[in-house]
Amino acid sequence: MDRQKRRDLVLIALLLALAGLLWLILRPSRAGAWVVVRVDGEEWGRYALDPDRTVVIEEKGRNVLTIQHGSAAITQADCGDHTCIRTGQISRSGETIICLPHGLVVQVVGGAEPEVDGTVG
Amino acid sequence: MRSKRLARYGLLLALALVFSYLESQIPLSMAVPGVKLGVANIVVMFALYRLGGRAACLLSLLRVALVSATFGNAFSFWYSLAGAGLSLAVMLSMKRSGWFGCGGVSVAGGVCHNLGQIAVAMAVLHSTAAAAYLPVLLCSGVVAGVCIGLVSAVLIRRIPA
Repeated sequence: MDRQKRRDLVLIALLLALAGLLWLILRPSRAGAWVVVRVDGEEWGRYALDPDRTVVIEEKGRNVLTIQHGSAAITQADCGDHTCIRTGQISRSGETIICLPHGLVVQVVGGAEPEVDGTVG
Repeated sequence: MRSKRLARYGLLLALALVFSYLESQIPLSMAVPGVKLGVANIVVMFALYRLGGRAACLLSLLRVALVSATFGNAFSFWYSLAGAGLSLAVMLSMKRSGWFGCGGVSVAGGVCHNLGQIAVAMAVLHSTAAAAYLPVLLCSGVVAGVCIGLVSAVLIRRIPA
């Protein structure tokens, strides 16, 4: 096998190993307690995963966040691709739903029992 | 001969556009954006190895501009540009170094395309949330890169000058 092809294979192996490593590091595991909604990096609202509720976010476009049975999901959106909807449900600390065209990041954060149910920014 | 080169580039660009369009009609991943085969990269690879770095850059950047102008938007333009730009820079230097073959260059190109897009997403969202997609995109980038690299290698070798 010539040198170039050997280096190609090493590169591929390294990239796959990197992917595996990142997956282990970034993998969400702990159950979450809140969802934090950010638009363009600024916190817009924070909601507990506990009582079921529906939140409508209309900052740069329209997204409907539905919190149900301890998990959150975007159920409606008027963005072009609906990737946010197809991401599905999130419930573990660190998991996120992103709606890129609307600058929206919905992230589960975990830990201590929240003092208030939710705030609206 | 200028007109011959123009015709050749035009042909390759059209091909890249058609590849991009066809590919956009076949979604590979539901939940993870950015997972794709990158078939248009075959054209870039061919240009890189047979016509030179300048041709590859020209074709790639024109492709990004035209694709986002026709069936994209101002938004997708910057993403594609970042991905294509990083991908080109890396592919060019890897090829010039002579250390890697078509497969390696193609894999690096595919992966860097995704990395560029994630970087822009993180900047736009002011959040590292997009990094969560890295493992999936790295894997799909490698797989796609290998496939594209194989096809490109055959074409580079076999298409008569």
